[in-house]
Amino acid sequence: MPKIPLAFKVNGDTQEILVQPWQTLLEALRDELGLTGTKEGCSNGNCGACTVMVDGRAIVSCCTLAAEVEGQSVITVEGLAKGGNLDPLQEAFIEHGALQCGFCTPGFLVSARAFLNQNPHPSEHEIRLAIAGNLCRCTGYDKIVRAIMDVAQKGA
Amino acid sequence: MKPFTYVAPTSLREAHQVLAKAKGPGDIRALVGGSDLVDQMRVNRRTPSVVLDIKRIPEMKRLQWLPRSGLHVGAAVSCTDTASFPAVAQHYGSIHESCQLVGSTQIQNRASMAGNIGNSAPSGDTIPGLITFGAKVLLTSPRGKRPVLLEEFFTGPGQNVCAPDEIIQEIIVPPPPANSSGHYLRFIPRNEMDIAVAGVASMITLDRRTHRCTAARIALASVAPTPVRAKAAEAVLEGKQITAALIREAGEKAVEAARPISDVRGTIEYRKELVKVLTRRTLRLCLDSLGQKVD
Repeated sequence: MPKIPLAFKVNGDTQEILVQPWQTLLEALRDELGLTGTKEGCSNGNCGACTVMVDGRAIVSCCTLAAEVEGQSVITVEGLAKGGNLDPLQEAFIEHGALQCGFCTPGFLVSARAFLNQNPHPSEHEIRLAIAGNLCRCTGYDKIVRAIMDVAQKGA
Repeated sequence: MKPFTYVAPTSLREAHQVLAKAKGPGDIRALVGGSDLVDQMRVNRRTPSVVLDIKRIPEMKRLQWLPRSGLHVGAAVSCTDTASFPAVAQHYGSIHESCQLVGSTQIQNRASMAGNIGNSAPSGDTIPGLITFGAKVLLTSPRGKRPVLLEEFFTGPGQNVCAPDEIIQEIIVPPPPANSSGHYLRFIPRNEMDIAVAGVASMITLDRRTHRCTAARIALASVAPTPVRAKAAEAVLEGKQITAALIREAGEKAVEAARPISDVRGTIEYRKELVKVLTRRTLRLCLDSLGQKVD
């Protein structure tokens, strides 16, 4: 089976790679581009560890074929920091201790960033709903919610 | 994953050329959100030789409300876009609700109602609401198009009436009669991200003057091999002034349509009890929305 040429943007840079039809976006990001910030958790769309933004929307990259994102713009956790400064969400996660083992953190950060971009002043309930597709096995939800609320309140 | 060919046509014509080569059932699978299909291919539950990504076909992105023919939702329109379409919130409460229940934000951003329908799981959350509003699916193939009433679309778990060369083009939901309301509720043991133990959609139309029920539609999810209509429960309500006693009776009758199994999510008895409760609750939500008090 011939590989498919894929041209898409990743964290603002145009990337041109060859992918197998059955390669997921998660696999392409990690194995072809070395962007290992995006994690593989459940591999079936339940845990959200592999969340990335495609054209501004949070999606699970484990259930997305790489070939599908031709011409689209992907943002991974590596693309959240700007000019060497962490995203306010990343700062808030550190400040609030919103992680334990950290495996779910990239997915939470990308989900939260996509959500706050669309809804900068959410209620706590809206935040909890927006991150319901991200699972934390260390049960750090409360600190995660507080970190996101902090950023929302500061309007960052 | 078993190797397959990926194609992403940009027109229906091109898609038909691909479909014309279908070798048999399941040989070609349409792809929208991938939350079912990619996962099923990963574990070899579905092994198509061709994956047909329909998201670049303009007709599949149609999202339109027309006063005469109703709501048209292309097969590739995401649940997020469907739920935020004003006419959906305005006219089709249960569809609006169910599009926000499917999976998570991440899933809703990619998954479509047509994908939920095409996957044909008895638990598909968007299906009961669509059935109560009389939705049809428009199937397209190289041989032409045909509309199929959604409640007649499913033939078993994961199975439907689509021929090997047919895919869903759009869902058409007729405009609801005046003074109608529809709601969907499902029961899951946690608040989010789970598959329904049971789900019920109800749709009620009341005569504005007499407040009698002129039409009732009730559809159930996760309690039979396919989504089903609870016709005996509908008959309890139609033509009557709806009372608390009638709502209770409709709940009891709705169970007659349920043929649940016991599995990891719940027992037969539990699911039957849920059908009663969810039927009563969705009916009350409909009446609340219509401003109708029940004794």
